[in-house]
This record gives sequence, structure tokens and C-alpha cells, in this order.
Amino acid sequence: MSAALLNVQDLSVEFTAYGRTERVLKGVSLDVPAHSHVALVGESGSGKTVVMKAIMGLLRHPPATITGGRILYAGRDLLTMPETERLALRGTAMSMVFQDPMSSLNPVFTIGDQMATVLKYADRRLGRSRGRAARMARVHEVLYHVRMHDPERVTRSYPIMLSGGMRQRVLIAMALLGEPKLLIADEPGTALDVTTQAQILKLLQDLVEARGMALMMITHNLGIVRETSSYVYVMNKGVIVEASPTTKLFAACNSDYTRALIEAVPRLTGDIRFGTQAHP
Amino acid sequence: MSRSMLEIIDLCKDFPVRDVFGRRIGEVKAVNHVSFSIARGEVYGLVGESGSGKSTIARMIMGLADPTSGDILLNGENIATRRGGSGSNRKVQMVFQDPGSSLNPRRTVGQSIAVPLDAHSHPRADRGRRIAELLEMVQLPRNFAQRYPHELSGGQKQRVAIARALAVAPELLVLDEPTSALDVSVQAKVIDLVVDLGRRLQLTFLFISHDLSLMRNFAQVVGVLYRGRIIETGATTEIFANPVHDCTRRLLASVPVISAEEEAMRPTIPPVDGEVLT
Repeated sequence: MSAALLNVQDLSVEFTAYGRTERVLKGVSLDVPAHSHVALVGESGSGKTVVMKAIMGLLRHPPATITGGRILYAGRDLLTMPETERLALRGTAMSMVFQDPMSSLNPVFTIGDQMATVLKYADRRLGRSRGRAARMARVHEVLYHVRMHDPERVTRSYPIMLSGGMRQRVLIAMALLGEPKLLIADEPGTALDVTTQAQILKLLQDLVEARGMALMMITHNLGIVRETSSYVYVMNKGVIVEASPTTKLFAACNSDYTRALIEAVPRLTGDIRFGTQAHP
Repeated sequence: MSRSMLEIIDLCKDFPVRDVFGRRIGEVKAVNHVSFSIARGEVYGLVGESGSGKSTIARMIMGLADPTSGDILLNGENIATRRGGSGSNRKVQMVFQDPGSSLNPRRTVGQSIAVPLDAHSHPRADRGRRIAELLEMVQLPRNFAQRYPHELSGGQKQRVAIARALAVAPELLVLDEPTSALDVSVQAKVIDLVVDLGRRLQLTFLFISHDLSLMRNFAQVVGVLYRGRIIETGATTEIFANPVHDCTRRLLASVPVISAEEEAMRPTIPPVDGEVLT
């Protein structure tokens, strides 16, 4: 399908450490069409973060080696294009929101400094430049878009002065600075409690919708999948075991693994009886 | 009255707020006149957003923090004023939220489990046998005693933490978000284990979480904590069918669910939208 904004074909990745080689991705293929909401679900260790890192070009070599496959962004293979071109896409064509907002922000710089730096590089990649005042104005504007009501105060703050939910908003704002077409969110609510998580997910969806971006959500929580995505890829041990529209997945899934995953989710209706030892 | 295993009476904890010169300029009432009791063999769930005071209550029960006022009765005996440091009461043990940081990375699993055994003067000659027995209880192979935490997965680490908490045969186990760092499927297995152990060893649980769907499937009685106060309490089924307080409704409305029946159970107030200051 060439209409997809992002098209991963038969991607294989190996990790080598201590003289041992482990195949972590075994031919993963997935599509993220423009303006779509796609989820990649799997347990920890299934390889979902490796997929995302491969797409963003964040895999370190060594230990990681991409042994096969293609990653097409708007029809162009990210793996064969010159490094400079690929760098130019990062943050401007595709951005990502990391899982743990505390460890992805630098504790010794203010939010304003960090965001201005991100914006400076995004501008440079897009071949434009603006002065410091204009940069701060843009930073304030984006912070306002992620519903921070007092952007001036936020930009003067250090990460430790903000709550978990606010830090996550800052990360989302950072990802938006370069106006990407594709946003990859790696477990964006996991470090937060349910009410804050619900706010962050709602915010992400609103932003993506309003800007016509595509969203790729990486998560292990099927409830989040159901509420944010229209198409799901289920991953287990480096293989996509199921690809299906979200509604279909919950109505009738094909793989035993997916069924086990669904059955492990505690229900509000109280359907799960623990203590039976019958889980995946 | 004496049926209760644990009774919390009018418990308060204030944290001082100081200015830059260290002068006391006020206080935060982290726990504000909280009372509840847990019957023997019961699973009591304490729910609340972050900052609502859940963990502070757990720390006071464990003797890791001193209450500002109020009483904590364990089998009728007041433990709020005891001295002797953390975890000194054999009958109450705790499993912490993050197994990655609650296990000492420089101790083997066996050494970690031996700490409470030594602290409560378990005979040294019997130590190896007891450690093997505890590992078996949490369904880990015996040779895990020689492993270090970094060699274990998150779920395995949490099993070790459970084994350590069970080492001195407690009656009450405090579980502070024991599965929030774990995947859903791993969480199901760990909770399974906890439920089975609870039955076998006749344990009483204080289960702390913000995950209401997990609460629904695990706890019989729930107390909802908001800004240091219990705002709603009752049988789990009751609270879920009929949440009264806004905060409870908001917590319920925020749970990501996977079926239409569950969706129908959620109150329809939108989550509050806006920044919250620390």
C-alpha cells in the first residue's frame, strides 16, 4: 500500500551483545496511513519500542543491526537515504513523545531553554531561522496548545517544578514544535495516574485531529488502544501476530495471544476472578 | 470492634511548609482525619489520585512515618506510637510500587529475603530452607536465590519482593501499587499469585492503587481518598454501581475500558482539563 505515510516492510533487527546474537524483530510489516490513528500493542520485551526506535533512527549500532526490510516515509526509504536527509526529517516530519517525562527532560535547564533549543534545530532543518524573541513566542503558543494556561511560568520552570502530567504536556509540546506529519507516542500515559492519563490521551487525540497528523500509539494497555486507535497491530516476540481494525479486534480476534491479552485486562464489570492461575 | 485486624482512627499527618530561611510558614495536611478498619481476611482497597495521601497512610502503618495525631490499632494494640524503626512489626509487611528500586541491586535475591529473617532473629541454620520455601511460594525456581535483581524481569522482581514481605509470616500485607510498573498480562499473574497466597496463608490485605478496574476484581471494600480525606467508602460493588462523589466519578470515568458494557458503567463527566500545580 503506497498511500501510507509510513510503511514498514519486513523489518528485521538483531542485537549482539557478549558474543551472542538475538533476533529481536523478525520481519515486521505495518502501515500508518496519513491522518490515521494506529496502535502497536505488546508486552514488554515484544519489540514494540525497537520498531519505534528503528523508525526514528534511534537504534544504536552496535549492539543493534537492521538486517533486512525497508522503512518508507512518504514513499522514500529511510534506511537508504543519506544520514543528513534523514536527520532533516526527524522532529519536522516525524516526532515522538517518550514514555517517561522525567528522564527525557534535562533537569538542569528550564523548560523554556530546552524547548527553544528543540525549535532552533527544527527551524534549521526546515531551512529557516528566527530570533530569540520569536522563538519564545512560538514556544508559548505551542504550550498554550497543549493547554498550559500560563506558558510564561512554565517556560521559566525546571522539570522538577512540574507535575507528571505537566511534564508529559511539555514533551508533547516539544514534539509539536516542528509541525510533524507523524507523531509516535511510546506509552504516553504509563507513568501517570488514571485521571491524568485520560487527560493526556484526550489531548493527544484532539491535537492530532486538529492538525491532521497521523498518530502511532505504542502501548500494552488494550483499553487505551480501544479509546485512541482505529487500527491495531499486536506484537509478540518480534512478530506481528495480528493486524485488525480495533472494533473487530475486540469482537473477534484471530490469535490466541491476542485473546489472552484481552482476557488479562481487569474489567470494570468485575468479570475477572483472580486466583485461578489461568493467564497467558 | 475487636473483629478488625487493623483499625485506623482519626489519623492525621501534616507536613510542614517552610520558606527559604527554613521558617515554618504553614503545613500540608497530607492525611486529614482518616478512619477505616479492615476485617481479618479482607482485601481493603484504598483508591485515589496521586498526591491524595495513599502512600503516606501506608508509610504510617508500616512505621516509616510518624502520625501527627490519631491511632493505628493492630489486633487492638496501638502501633501508632511504637518506636523501633521501619518494618519492626513482624505482623505487618509491605510490597512497594517499584520492584526495580525496592530491591538492593548489590544483594542476591537470597540475601534480600534474608534481611527480614535476620531482623526478626530467624534461626540462621534454617535460613536456606526458609528462603527456598519462600521462593517456591511465589513460584520462582530455587536457584533464583543466587541471582541479582538485574537478571530478573519486572514480574519476577515483584515476586521476590512478595517473598521478602512474606518471610516473617505477616498477618497484614500492605500492597502499594504492586503492579503499576508491570504489563497487564504480568499484572494478572502477580495478582493471581497474591490472591492464592492470601487464601493459603490467611492474609489480610491493604491494597493501594489508582486502578479502579483492578480494584473491582480484587478488593471487597474500597475507600476513596481525595486530598487526604476518605470521601467515599463501602463495598466495592456498591461504589462501582453508585459513585456519589465527583472525585470517584472522575476516577471511574478515566479508566480505559475494552467493552461496551464497561463503557456503560462509566459516569459521563468529562475528565477535568487543565494544569495542576505541584
